[in-house]
Amino acid sequence: MEDRLSRVFAALADPIRRDMVARLAADDATVTELAEPYAVTVQAVSKHLKVLEEAGLVSRTRQAQRRPVHLEAEVFDLMTTWIERYRREAEQRYRRLDAVLTAMTGTETREEEAS
Amino acid sequence: MTTTTHPETRISADPDLPTIHIVREFDAPPEALFRAHTDPELVRQWLGPRRLTMRIEHWDARTGGAYRYVHSGEDGLEHAFYGSFHELRPPGRIVQTFTYLGYPDGVCLETVTFTDLGGRTRLHAISVFETREGRDMAIASGMEVGVVEGYERLDELLAG
Repeated sequence: MEDRLSRVFAALADPIRRDMVARLAADDATVTELAEPYAVTVQAVSKHLKVLEEAGLVSRTRQAQRRPVHLEAEVFDLMTTWIERYRREAEQRYRRLDAVLTAMTGTETREEEAS
Repeated sequence: MTTTTHPETRISADPDLPTIHIVREFDAPPEALFRAHTDPELVRQWLGPRRLTMRIEHWDARTGGAYRYVHSGEDGLEHAFYGSFHELRPPGRIVQTFTYLGYPDGVCLETVTFTDLGGRTRLHAISVFETREGRDMAIASGMEVGVVEGYERLDELLAG
């Protein structure tokens, strides 16, 4: 699972791939459609897609020749979930620090302790 | 997300650099923040996750000093961390290294600054890892290994 996450992060490290993911979030698109806005070859876009595919971020459906690219939102949610979990752990830690600081300064704030 | 009177912790993980930024404001002056980060009796009260016991084995909080501590849970599993205090400049700046013994080849450089906002303080912590993958591992493990406080849903997701 952690390897999978690494691949997701690595795949999103490239600005073109991030842009492609953002566009696929709106709708499925073919490789040709995806390549249009960029000053790169269709082959280069295919390479980027392969990285996204291996990270499990996108999939190619088998719809005759068209084969539109589809964003796998579930994997995307997974990464967001990891970061949110990390953030919450930091928040819990700093709430404990809030309590320590309150005790140190003797501030008379009656805040409910976070459970 | 719950409504709270506490200021929110903001996290950002740069897609192109192996860094994590944490920003959080506190209702205390920088001097108090600095003490809470350097006095081991105070550190023990907040740094470790609530469910784990934090045992400080070594703590020499001065420029050029070092630290080592162990988190242990009811399951008997222990996680040790150590590092050097590269610079302690009261009241606004702490620079230290950080290594998790479960991954001894990895070392993270942490710079924490406390900015005086007039009675309040803004904490800004920057963690620099060697690689983005190392950074991602730290995020994925939550840094505090074994800590899962109310993330059963995530566990189910991972089990699938």
